[in-house]
Parts: sequence; C-alpha cells; structure tokens
Amino acid sequence: MHPAFRRFLPLVDGRFALQIYLPIADLPVNMFLLLGMGLAIGYISGMFGIGGGFLLTPLLIFIGISPAVAVASVSPQIAASVFTGFLYYWRRRSIDFALGGMLLVGGIFGTALGVWFFTFLRAMDQLDLFIGLSYVTLLSIVGAIMIYESIRAELRARRGGPATLRRPGSHNWLHGLPFKLRFKRSKIYVSAIPVWGIGLIIGFVGAVLGIGGGFLLVPMLIYFLRVPTATVIGTSMMLTVITMASATLLHAVDNHLVDALLALLLMIGGVIGAQFGARTSQNMRGERLRLLLGLMVFAVGMRFAYDLVVTPEDLYSLRLVRGQ
Amino acid sequence: MMRRAALALAILCIAAMPTAAERLVISLSNARVGVTSSFTGEDLVLFGTIEPDQGKTLMPSGYDLVVTVSGPPESTRTRRKARVLGIWVNVDTREFVNVPSYLAILSNRPVAAIASQQVLRRQQIGLAYTLLTQRIGPDTADTVTNDPFRMSFVRLKEQQHLYREAPEGVTFLTPTVFRAAIPLPANAPNGTYAIDVKLFARGALLARAGSALEVIKTGFEQYVADRAQHDGLLYGLGTTAMALAIGWLASVVFRRD
Repeated sequence: MHPAFRRFLPLVDGRFALQIYLPIADLPVNMFLLLGMGLAIGYISGMFGIGGGFLLTPLLIFIGISPAVAVASVSPQIAASVFTGFLYYWRRRSIDFALGGMLLVGGIFGTALGVWFFTFLRAMDQLDLFIGLSYVTLLSIVGAIMIYESIRAELRARRGGPATLRRPGSHNWLHGLPFKLRFKRSKIYVSAIPVWGIGLIIGFVGAVLGIGGGFLLVPMLIYFLRVPTATVIGTSMMLTVITMASATLLHAVDNHLVDALLALLLMIGGVIGAQFGARTSQNMRGERLRLLLGLMVFAVGMRFAYDLVVTPEDLYSLRLVRGQ
Repeated sequence: MMRRAALALAILCIAAMPTAAERLVISLSNARVGVTSSFTGEDLVLFGTIEPDQGKTLMPSGYDLVVTVSGPPESTRTRRKARVLGIWVNVDTREFVNVPSYLAILSNRPVAAIASQQVLRRQQIGLAYTLLTQRIGPDTADTVTNDPFRMSFVRLKEQQHLYREAPEGVTFLTPTVFRAAIPLPANAPNGTYAIDVKLFARGALLARAGSALEVIKTGFEQYVADRAQHDGLLYGLGTTAMALAIGWLASVVFRRD
C-alpha cells in the first residue's frame, strides 16, 4: 500500500472509524469506507464522463450489501452525479431536449418494466443470480470491446496512421423505418422507433441492474442514431437523470429497498470525487483512458463470473418474507 | 379396609403433591429495551425464586429450570443452491411460516438431561423440539428434526445469533433462587418477546410462569426504516429530491464555467 494512504487507515479500521447503521441494508458499516468508495467511483466517473453505477453497484455487493438494496440505492446516487453533469451541459446549451423527450417516452416505460421485473425476480428468489449473470455478460463484452478498440487505436497511432476510426456511414437500415422525426439541435432525421427502443432498453437495464447506462447509451446514440458529439453526452444525461429518479421512486414504492443513508454517503463522496476525476482526464490521452476503463469493466465482470462458478461457502441462505 | 383406604389416600397425596407444591416467582431487569443505532447487544437478566405452596415444603435440591424466550413471529424463506450448468443457482426454497424471529432456550444443564424426549417434545423445549412450521404445498407442517432445510434454517439463525440453546444460561444462586441472562443481539427484531419459564424435577414438569419483554427500536435509523416501509411514495420522493439537490449543489459549488 502506498504510504500516503496508510495515514488514512485509522479512519477505516482504527479507533477513529465511525460505524453507522444503514437502516435498509440492515448492516453496520464504516462511514469513511462508504465516503471513500463514493470518492473513488466519483473520481472514475468524472474521469470518463460516466455515471459509475456499473462499478459502484458491484462494489456494494462485494462489501456485503444485498444485491437488491445495492441496485435500489445506487439509483439516487447516479441521479445526483448525473444531474450535476446535466446542469453543466444545459448551461452550455448542448442538450437536445426534443430527442431527450422522445428517448424518455421509452425510458420511463422501460424503467417501470424493469422495476416490475426486479420485483418478480426477487419473489422467485432468482434476483441475485440474474444480477450476477447480467453483470458477467454485460461487463465482459463491453470491457473486451473497449480493450480491443483502444489497443487497435493505440497501435494505429504508433504506426503513424490516422488516429480516428472510419466514420460510420450516414445511413443504415434504421433510417428506413417509419415515423420519421427531425431533431433540429442534433441535426438528425430518424424514425421514432429506434429512439423509443433505445430509451426502453436503457430504462429497463438501469432499473434492474442499478446502472445509469451511460456507457451503453452514448455508443448507441452515436452508432444507431448518428447523434453528433456536441449533443450526445448532455442528451444522454437528460435521459439518465430522469430514468434513475423514476427508478428510485418506483423501487421505494414497490420494494422498500432504497437506503437513503447509504445513497447520501455515496452521493457526497461521488460529487466531490467527480470534480477531481474530470481534472485528471484533461491530462490523459483518450485511448489510454479507454484502455484503463475497459480493463476495469472487464475485471468487475470476471469477479462476478468467479462468484457464480466457485462453490459458495454455504449452500443455504435465508430471506425474510414477512415480519410482524 | 381402613388401612387400605389410608394407603390409597397416601399414594394419591404423593402423586398430587409435586404439581401443586411449587410456585415460580419471576422478575425481569427491564421489560422494555430501547434499541438505538449504537446498540451492540445486551444481556437482560431474569431473576426468580421457587416458592412453596401454602403448607407445603420444597425439596432440598434437584430442581431444573428452562427459560424459553421467543421473539415476534415472522416468515422466512430458506433457499438451497445447486450447480446448474456450471453456476450456482437457488434451486429449491422452503418457507418457514410464523416461526419465532428470535429463540433462546436457556437452562441450568442440557435440556436432554432435564427431561425425556417425549416431555421435551410435548413442551416444545429445545431447538430440536420447537415447532417450526414449513409451507408444504397448500399445508403447513413441521418436519423431522434432521430435515436438511430445517437444520440449515436453525444453523443460519444461530449464525445470526438469533437462535440459541444455552445449557448454562440459568444459574442457581441458592437451591431456590435463580438467575437467567437473556442475550439480545443488535439485530433482534422489534416487538414483543414471550418468556416462558418451566420448572422441572426428576424429568417432570412441576410449574411454569410467563412474562414478556418489549424490544423497541428508536433513533434516526429506525425512523428512516419505518418511513421506507410505510410511506414508500413520500420516502421515494424525498430521496429523489435529496439526490437532485445534492447534484445541483455540486454544480454550484464546483462550477467550471
């Protein structure tokens, strides 16, 4: 361990450690551990311009918070950190509200569907398995693609070739669908069907897995809808803020699993960490950043795979169905 | 004739004597336990004496005591994992219906030494003999003691310190004055806990007495948990508003442009 960090160790496990009791997770945890995790994930999210849910939710599960509570409580944390970014892009007028609104039509519906599905899986005692399997699939595929892409770009740059990839063609089959709409700010003319579809997928995945979905949404908007870089981040944040806020609300109403205290600690760490992360990213090359993020995403995916495959310590587990 | 009648009367008196000779008088150190977030568990103390009934005398020694404390009923699912296509999946679940959320059996020596199996079963004394009903199809029933789900349920509850059998939990201060320490862990659920004290001698139940204690969680964390459970909508709106407020605050404090 780096000696600079050793100074902070007493805060985590020494006599200065401040234990707090998480009311919904039903677990005493160290306050500084949660603030530190929020800071670290916030730093990463600021560095890469992502919400960080796909790293934060797994981390909470790894420290012993039940997957159900982790997913439900990360939603407000993502809403908070993404709202900060949303306001920033709003001031810079780089949000396409018309496109964001159309995405939301699908997004809200997807979120509601996701929370319903979450409740259903929990009743079937298969929620943890589903979350585990989804994270393995999602994170290892996305991680592998990111690693591959960034290594290829790095090699290309070394050979002295053009650093940018081939620009995707201006038309694909999605552009042949009906219900065409013109989005002036993004300067695109696309069918409403893929817009709703993307919103639906992001809303659904976000509610079930506790991720904002920015790392899926931004590539989808670029590749499928040809949304220009000027509006893509701000518009994706508009969708994420609202789907995550709705997910918080629905999880609170349907499952009573949102731990507000846990969310608050993560938020405080998160918004502060994001500021430092954003500064660091300005001094780092884009391809390096992508490679780093790809490796991180892939590693988390592998950890989930390991947990699914290795023989559990105890084959039996309890779940409280109904108290007094 | 007279002699035979006198003998019968004497036998009758001896047979009836043990059930009527003793009385239990018990008292709890505190009947209400307020649990705050800093609560790390506590031992409640139950004191009691064995009193003779009017005109009767007590045995000089040889009494046994069993104190059973059971928490408010709850329903819990026990799930079993098995390997399916290389990964571990919950393949089987059993629901335990209205079983004690907390169960402590305190005695002065192992319950198996106090009374016979039949008596223990009839009086539901000990983890092995307490009724733990499972939902089996449309019905509910208890299973045999060595049913794997029942055993795992009891074992997991013991790991959570919610179920326990303490063969040294009751100590005799004098042959007739006893004290029992009721261990309440930090995760003891809210509600009324029934206390059942049973007095045995030579394997027979002589007397019993009941009491109750109340566990009430207080403090900020419990308030949050209550609101989450009972006012889901308001709680959700509050949490969402908090998230947006913090996001907005960060954008003001760390304004980059």
